[in-house]
Amino acid sequence: MSLHLTASNIFKSYNGESVLKNCSFSFDQGGVYVLTGPNGSGKSTFLRICSLIECQDSGQIHYVSGGQVLDNDLALKRRITLVLPKVGLFNMSVFRNAAYGLTIRGIKGPVAIRRIDKVLDFVGLSHKKVQNARTVSSGEAQRLGIARALVIEPEILFLDEPTASVDQKNTGIIEGIINTMKQDGKVTVIMTTHDRDQAARLADHLLVMKGGEILSVPFEKEKI
Amino acid sequence: MSSILEGFSQALTLILHLDAELLGIILLSIKVSGGALLIATLTGLPLGALLGLKKFPLGGFFVTILNTFMGLPPVVVGLFIYLLLSRSGPLGFMSLLYTPAAMIVAQSVLAFPIVAAISHSAIAGVDPILRQTAVTLGATPVQVSLAVIREARYGIMSGVMAAFGRVMAEVGAILIVGGNIAGYTRVMTTTIALETDKGNFELALALGIILLSISLMINTALYMIQRRGMVRTNR
Repeated sequence: MSLHLTASNIFKSYNGESVLKNCSFSFDQGGVYVLTGPNGSGKSTFLRICSLIECQDSGQIHYVSGGQVLDNDLALKRRITLVLPKVGLFNMSVFRNAAYGLTIRGIKGPVAIRRIDKVLDFVGLSHKKVQNARTVSSGEAQRLGIARALVIEPEILFLDEPTASVDQKNTGIIEGIINTMKQDGKVTVIMTTHDRDQAARLADHLLVMKGGEILSVPFEKEKI
Repeated sequence: MSSILEGFSQALTLILHLDAELLGIILLSIKVSGGALLIATLTGLPLGALLGLKKFPLGGFFVTILNTFMGLPPVVVGLFIYLLLSRSGPLGFMSLLYTPAAMIVAQSVLAFPIVAAISHSAIAGVDPILRQTAVTLGATPVQVSLAVIREARYGIMSGVMAAFGRVMAEVGAILIVGGNIAGYTRVMTTTIALETDKGNFELALALGIILLSISLMINTALYMIQRRGMVRTNR
């Protein structure tokens, strides 16, 4: 049963400074949602709150499956995942990094190996699987972060600025990965980017944020 | 100079012929220090992990105390344990004074702050992004803590090895609580002190060489572990 997310009237402030002001949106159609806007517009904070990594000051985050609102518990958190802009890699091999989400879910053996090999192949890192993850480039680290997220087969994948710190070549590879996910249609992708061209290239649904508010909702490429 | 060389030569002969008494002294040293290290690790690592993972009032105070206790003078520890275990002391009923068990207790007290403080430092130094990463991937709080501890494993191992080096080389505490009884509580360091007093330099030197060799092995292992943990980062 597919998972839908609705954010209603989200407010958030840090040290008295308002970061999100009454943000509401329903991510209920699948595909790729792109939140774009200048630095400091609140995209990442909104993404972190939507992915249940951070708590809002007020407002509601509702995950709905089969018409039922789900509790924000571990079971729900294991159906979604967020790839942070600076991917944290454990001091172990690329393969074991990719395996982490499965290991903590108790998924081991041939099933796990098959899934890990598949995602590493998908992001083009099969040839580096025995290498220590700390020695890969930033572009490869970002791809490994995506592989590690995909291996747990999330229903909603949040990507926070996935290409902010990578070169053009890796940006192309990562956009290719996102486009493939879009075509497969198995996972809803909700990502942030400050690159408007990239937003236009990738988005099925576009949200423009500025000053902590969602300015425009329906997707119209020509407006950006 | 010639007497020193002669002493070395005789010491090497003693090592090569490794008699039962010498072997007994070496094994007891390893047993006492190994036992102490085991106790110190089983208690110090959880404390270090707790201080490194959780924030609570007086956490900084406890860390400062641990850091201070890393430099505890062995004779002071020996005296303290002696007073505890002596017949008139609060733990005198256990009759542990002048036994290997008392020596293990004394060395545990010396090793504990080293293991705890270095474990704390290694765990607190883990990049907070990794903790967040584990959360984003669906880890439970316990799994997050384990991931952080595993990430600090090389630092923790360094702490354990440093503590082992410290207790293996220590003489003051075990001399006071062990009594240096031949064939029972006599270990390498106490034997070196005794034999030097007696002018029996060959045995003292032989044990010194063995002690240094063990220390060299520990430090080589430590270096290898640290080298393995220090991965070159391109990013």
